Amino acid sequence: MIFRRSNKLQDSLTRTRQSFFGRIAGLLGQSDITEQTWEELEALLIQADVGANTTIELVDALREQVARDRVHRAGEMQALLKGQLVAMLQANGHAYLGGEGGPLSVVLIVGVNGSGKTTSIAKLVRYHQQQGEKVLLAAGDTFRAAAIDQLAVWADRLGVDLIAHQPGADPGAVLYDAIHAAQSRRADVVIADTAGRLHTKHNLMQELGKIHKVAAKQLPGAPHETILVLDATTGQNGLAQARTFGEAVDVTGMFLAKLDGTAKGGIAFAVARELGLPILFVGTGERAEDIAEFDAEEFVDGLFE
Amino acid sequence: MFETLTEKLQTVFKKLSGKGRLSEQDVDTALREVRLALLEADVNFRVVKDFVSRVRERAIGADVMKSLSPAQMVIRIVNEELIATLGEPRKLTLSGPPPHVIMLAGLQGSGKTTTAAKLALKLRQSGQRPLLVAADTRRPAAITQLEVLGQQLDIAVHSEGDQLPPLRICANAVARARKSAYSVVLLDTGGRLHIDDSMMRELEDIVRQVSPSDVLLVVDAMTGQDAVRVAQEFNRRVALTGLILTKVDGDARGGAALSIRAVTGVPIIYMGVGEKTDALEAFLPDRLASRILGMGDMLTLIERAEAAFDQEQAQKMEQKLRTATFDLEDFLEQMQQVKKMGPLEQVLEMLPGFASIKDQLPEEVTGKQMKRVEAIIRSMTPEERRNPRIIDSSRKRRVARGSGTTVSQVNQLLNQFRQMQRMMKQLSSGRLPGVLGRFGL
Ligand SMILES: Nc1nc2c(ncn2[C@@H]2O[C@H](COP(=O)(O)OP(=O)(O)OP(=O)(O)O)[C@@H](O)[C@H]2O)c(=O)[nH]1
Ligand SMILES: Nc1nc2c(ncn2[C@@H]2O[C@H](COP(=O)(O)OP(=O)(O)OP(=O)(O)O)[C@@H](O)[C@H]2O)c(=O)[nH]1
Ligand SMILES: [Mg+2]
Ligand SMILES: [Mg+2]
Repeated sequence: MIFRRSNKLQDSLTRTRQSFFGRIAGLLGQSDITEQTWEELEALLIQADVGANTTIELVDALREQVARDRVHRAGEMQALLKGQLVAMLQANGHAYLGGEGGPLSVVLIVGVNGSGKTTSIAKLVRYHQQQGEKVLLAAGDTFRAAAIDQLAVWADRLGVDLIAHQPGADPGAVLYDAIHAAQSRRADVVIADTAGRLHTKHNLMQELGKIHKVAAKQLPGAPHETILVLDATTGQNGLAQARTFGEAVDVTGMFLAKLDGTAKGGIAFAVARELGLPILFVGTGERAEDIAEFDAEEFVDGLFE
Repeated sequence: MFETLTEKLQTVFKKLSGKGRLSEQDVDTALREVRLALLEADVNFRVVKDFVSRVRERAIGADVMKSLSPAQMVIRIVNEELIATLGEPRKLTLSGPPPHVIMLAGLQGSGKTTTAAKLALKLRQSGQRPLLVAADTRRPAAITQLEVLGQQLDIAVHSEGDQLPPLRICANAVARARKSAYSVVLLDTGGRLHIDDSMMRELEDIVRQVSPSDVLLVVDAMTGQDAVRVAQEFNRRVALTGLILTKVDGDARGGAALSIRAVTGVPIIYMGVGEKTDALEAFLPDRLASRILGMGDMLTLIERAEAAFDQEQAQKMEQKLRTATFDLEDFLEQMQQVKKMGPLEQVLEMLPGFASIKDQLPEEVTGKQMKRVEAIIRSMTPEERRNPRIIDSSRKRRVARGSGTTVSQVNQLLNQFRQMQRMMKQLSSGRLPGVLGRFGL
């Protein structure tokens, strides 16, 4: 089987576990909680890109809980922290495309330049194919050099239809055509690529809003998911990204790409906490099969093993 | 909402007693804010520690200059240390006999291919004859991407498809450059993880084979704490000669560059400031320093203004202002361009210090004001817009009626416009301060 989610996620987390959170685990394995334990915990969270503010809040809350519940053992404290982290990630979670919908679902993929959008789309295609669903792709990045070709290569490799216009064409029109084509070809899912854009570019964010509206107009309820692809290597800017994209197009979840590196993707905690955005999938490589459904327990467990 | 470090430090120092000389306690309280600001900017945790202890040494007991508040004094020391750490701007090496080989390397999606094209353009402008090399045989359409960019710029691209190993392609390209008198060869390598041993070995092999004069690490400005580890590993495997920080046109603070420079000593050379092929700027330490400190929002604002205003038009306007032929028609046009920069509220928030006065402004007052000005001008005849002097009281009444405003509001605008004309004539650059000054903001 190509798509083995649990194993794949575990594999990709092995490195993470050994490097960073492995150290938390080691640290927390020590017997008594001392001031140094707290300091190291803070340092470790910050180095995982959790962010100074989120780290301080997490640690403060944990200190309170530890005092209240008269916890002395580091091992117990670990369980408490784990619980907090899982809760943070699970708040507002939902199943991917879990809402009630018609025969056709539309998934819009957005994010900053180079975060991994197009590759993540290939992975989602693979995911849907595993469920026996028919996918159609919309080449909505008409701006970047050879962006259409890139998606076309994936469409070809994965054996799915692609609706594409010329470079420079209106991305809204591409999506319009794609939804239309999907309806007549009885596809189950349309996944739309969009050009990478920095969230600070106001006019480009407006353009994204327009694309979103085209989908809604063409098919009530669409897009059924609007997924922000976040690069796991991203630092504190990830929060601003999620916030601004969320304002422009009502993002419903995140795809955390490039988790196979040594970066920890800790900014996802702040995003989940402040914006209530769940992580739906993680990307663990450059191939279409390098995808795993997100599982908060598994994720946090993996961090502590 | 942005609160700059200066504002934070001012709040800190308001509570403190020490005057004239910075006490140890004052400094430590201030440095807590500095530490948070640096972490927020993605400066590596260890680098922050080192940095803060250096600043602490310098700051304790330092005499506060008469002209500076204690907050400004700390900022000044922090800023100086930042600039010193970031190092002097550096150029490409381009050493030895041509063809000089430049290799671009980095993590996936950092901006290598785009930057290769940008560099090629810059080099051609400085009289070189560049050859771009498509050495990413793995990512779908990576070769086509470089070919398209080369075509757009009319710069030669060496590609041999995706069947040959990158090592062979690079060697062939250098041979071709020698034969066809290309003076610089730019290798666009595929993105790779620093921990991917076989992919890192591929880079080592290429370096051994073609001996680049420059090996550049391309780093995304949004990168977090991991940047140091990535750079150290690339540096260990292929001896980096320079760093290019990309996507600096966003609002990421770019602390990664500081960390990498501090830990590896590799100099920063260029900054990528947009997706277009001309969006590459020489690295300026003071500019990056204020950005890292969170005072770079002003720069973002300037960047946005520059993006919204097209150059040619800006020059035309400037000319008009100089010669005092700038009229209300032009004014209206400029307003449309300011709008392109984003909602006024958001634009204003980027101004340093605005955060603190914002709450005193009635909500939406600024946006409404702008709409009113627009309505008034739109109710004028073209003749009136070109020559506001002819607007007498009966015309004023007509304009007020047409725009749903009052005569005194029309007067106010006309007065502001006259004032502005005078002011603008004095401004030599006609750039940003004027743009906002024109709205009495
Ligand atoms: N290691 C690793 N690389 C990835 C992953 N996802 C994507 N990439 C790589 O990251 C790079 C950028 O991916 P793209 O899919 O082109 O990113 P994008 O967001 O579509 O980029 P733009 O359209 O240019 O904004 C490519 O080299 C991908 O192979 C991942 O999960 N792990
Ligand atoms: N806004 C902005 N976007 C940039 C900049 N530099 C590159 N990009 C964009 O970032 C994305 C990735 O750039 P590429 O040049 O394809 O990156 P790469 O490192 O070659 O990617 P791989 O080959 O897949 O590893 C593209 O969408 C580029 O347009 C920059 O300075 N500013
Ligand atoms: Mg893409
Ligand atoms: Mg590339």
